[in-house]
Amino acid sequence: MSGGVDSSTVAAMLCAEGHNVIGLTMQLWNQRRLAGREGMPEAVHGRCCSLDDVYDARRVAQQIGIPYYVVNHEERFERDVVRPFVEEYLSGRTPIPCSLCNNHLKFDQLLIVAQQIGAERVATGHYARVSYDDVRGRWLLKRPADASKDQTYFLFGLTQEQLSRTLFPLGDMTKPQVRKLAHRHGLAIAEKPDSQEICFVPGGDYKRFIDAYLAEQGGKLPDTSGQLVTTSGEVIGEHTGIHNFTVGQRKGLGIATGSPLYVIQVSGADKQVIVGGDEHLYSCTLRTRRTNLISVDDLHKPARVKVKIRHRHEPAAATIARSGEGEMLVTFDEPQRAITPGQAAVFYDGDVVVGGGWIA
Amino acid sequence: MHRVYLDNNATTPVLPQVFEAMRPYFGERFGNASSIHHHGQGTRAAVEDARELVSDLLGCSASEVVFTSGGTESDNLAIAGWVAAGDHVITSSIEHHAVLHACKHLEKIGCDVTVLPVDGRGLFDPDDVRRALRPNTKLISLMMANNETGVLQPLEPVGKIAAEAQILFHTDAVQAAAKVPIDVRRIGCDGLSISGHKIHAAQGVGALYVKKGTRIQPLFHGGRHERSRRAGTENVPGIVGLGRAAQLAKESFERGDDKKMAAMRDRLEQGILAQLGEAGVNGAVATRVPNTTNIHFDHIEGESLVIALDLKGLAVSTGAACSSGAIEPSHVLIAMGLRPEQARASIRFSLGKQTTESDIDFALTLVPETVGRLRELSPKYKSQVNVVR
Repeated sequence: MSGGVDSSTVAAMLCAEGHNVIGLTMQLWNQRRLAGREGMPEAVHGRCCSLDDVYDARRVAQQIGIPYYVVNHEERFERDVVRPFVEEYLSGRTPIPCSLCNNHLKFDQLLIVAQQIGAERVATGHYARVSYDDVRGRWLLKRPADASKDQTYFLFGLTQEQLSRTLFPLGDMTKPQVRKLAHRHGLAIAEKPDSQEICFVPGGDYKRFIDAYLAEQGGKLPDTSGQLVTTSGEVIGEHTGIHNFTVGQRKGLGIATGSPLYVIQVSGADKQVIVGGDEHLYSCTLRTRRTNLISVDDLHKPARVKVKIRHRHEPAAATIARSGEGEMLVTFDEPQRAITPGQAAVFYDGDVVVGGGWIA
Repeated sequence: MHRVYLDNNATTPVLPQVFEAMRPYFGERFGNASSIHHHGQGTRAAVEDARELVSDLLGCSASEVVFTSGGTESDNLAIAGWVAAGDHVITSSIEHHAVLHACKHLEKIGCDVTVLPVDGRGLFDPDDVRRALRPNTKLISLMMANNETGVLQPLEPVGKIAAEAQILFHTDAVQAAAKVPIDVRRIGCDGLSISGHKIHAAQGVGALYVKKGTRIQPLFHGGRHERSRRAGTENVPGIVGLGRAAQLAKESFERGDDKKMAAMRDRLEQGILAQLGEAGVNGAVATRVPNTTNIHFDHIEGESLVIALDLKGLAVSTGAACSSGAIEPSHVLIAMGLRPEQARASIRFSLGKQTTESDIDFALTLVPETVGRLRELSPKYKSQVNVVR
C-alpha cells in the first residue's frame, strides 16, 4: 500500500469481497535523506515512502479495518535499485528503476514477507492481468483493460513462481472506475493525484539526484565529460558528462547547427556522445540481455511478436530469436526510432506478455 | 482472536485500581490545583498526595518530585535544565533516544558529549566514567535499566564518582521503576526520570526527581507550577494515577511479586531456548529487571517475526517502539557487540503485572512454531529463475 488511490482501492475491494487482507507498506527510500543538499529541495512532500504517504496508507487500513504494517527494505532498495540506476547513467545507459524495483523488491522481498507472515498471495495496484493457462501450463501476464495505464512493460521480469502468488485486481478496470470505487468505499485519497516520476528522484531531475547521491557517498561525480562526435566521426565539440545524454535527445547539446541534431549513441567506453540527423536514430535490430520469458519456457525457433522499447512506445512488429545465454535478437519489420540501451524491450503476443529483456 | 500482550516495556495497561483512583478527577472532583477555591484545594490535595506516594517509591522527599508529561520530558528537563553551552556531558551508547537525542542537540548548541561504550553483557564501566571526566564536565546521564534488554547498570559507583567530582548525575529509570526497588540516596543521583505509562499509570504523565538544593532551568515558561520547575496546569488525573501506581508498585515489592514475575520471564526464556537452537538471550549474563527478555533468533528478520506473531495474537517488539520502521538495527544490541543481522533477528518480550502463566504458555507454543516457519523460508526464499539459456 503506497498511500495512493490504486493500492488503497485494491485493499478496500479485497476486504469487501471477504478476503483476509493484511496491509503492507514497503519503506524503500528516506525522502529526507538527500534533502537540502546542493540542487535538492529541502523537503519532499507527497512522494512514495514520505511520511504523508505512509500516513495515508495507514489511515486507509484503519478505515477498512485491516491490520497494517510498514516493512523496511531501504538497504535492499539502495543496493538493487538506486545504485544500479546511478551506475547505468554513468555508463551511458538510460535505466528503468521501476522494473528493478518490481523484480528485486515488490515481487521478491514483499513475497518473502508475505510467505513469512502466512499470506497466500500479494495483491498490488498495478494495471496488468495475471491468469493461469491450462493449455500451456503456465502463468500468463496480460495487458490490462485500461491501455493508458498499462504497466506490463515494468513487469516483464516476473517469474512463474512470482506470478503464481500475485493478484492484480485492477486489471479489468479503468482508472476512472478505480477512482469511482475509491469514492464508493469512502476513501479520503480517492482524488489523490497519480504519481508520475521516479519515486526517489524529486522533481524528476535525475542529474541533480546523481550528484547529490554521489556527494553523500563521499564520492564525487566521476568525470564522464568527453567529445561530441558526428556520425561521420567529426569532433564538433565537448560535452559535460555522458550521464546528461540519452538516445534521441535534442535539447542541451550546446551546439547550434543548421539542421537539428540528435543524440544517436552514448558510448560509455570512450565517453563519446555521437550526434547526427534524425535519420540516424532509426534501427531495425536490438539485442536483449538478462531476458525473462513468461508465456513460454523457452524459444526453440524464432517467433513473431510485437515489441515495446520504452514505456510510451506503440509495440512494433518484430521477430525474436535466441542469440545466446539470456540473449535475444529482436529484428523489427520497420526501423524503430531511438532504441535506447538500458531500457527494456518487452515482447507481446496480442495482450499476452511473451517476455522481455534489457536492451544492450 | 485470543490476544496476549508481552510488550509492557512499550506501554502498560492502566490497572483497574489506578483507573478508579483517576476517575473522579475527570468529573466531580475537577479543579485547577492553583485555584484558591474549594475545587482548587481539592485537586491540590490530590496532587500533593500523589507526590508523596511517588516520593515513597523513589526514596526521596515529596518536594523533590517534579511532575512532567512523561519520561521523555523528564530526561529532557534534566539534560537541558542542567547543561549550558560550553559544558561537557557524559552518557552511554545504550541510552534511550530521549537521552541520546537530547545530548545530540546539546552538541549543536556548543556542548561536548562523551558517549561511553558497553561490554558484551550490556554494562558500562564506572571506571570509564572516571576517565571521561573533564574540568568542564557538568552532568553524567546514565540509565538504570535498559529498555531493550532490561540490563541493570552499576549506578552506585557512578554516584560516588559524581559526588567526589561534584558533578550532577541524572539517571533514566523509566524501565527500572516499579520493577526493581529504587532509592535515590543509595544511587547518589541528583535527577531520576520515571514515566507513568510504563508502570501501569496513564500515558502523558511522568516525574523527575530533582535533588533538594539543585537548581534546574525549566523547559517551559508560563507559571510557577511545580516550584517553578515545570510551568503548566497540572495533569491532575494523570498525576493521581501515577501516585496510585507508585503505591501499588511499592506494595507489590512487599509481596514479592517481582520474584514471581522473574520466574515467569525465566520460564518463557528457557522454554523458548529449549525448543529452538541458534537462539540466545541478549544480556543474559548481567542482572536484569524481572520482566524483560531479549532473544536473538538467528537467520530470521525480527520485523517479519513481530508481524507474524501479531497476526496470531501475540504482541511483542523488535526493540524500542519509537524506532519501529527504522532501518538501523538496535543501537543497544550493536553497542553490545551483536552483528547487525543478529540485532535485526532479535525480539523483546516484556511482561506486565497482568501477565499470566497461560500467556506464557501461549507464547511458548506460538513462538517456536513461528520461528520455525520463518527459518524454513530462510536464508532466502528462492524465486524460480526462468532465464533463456
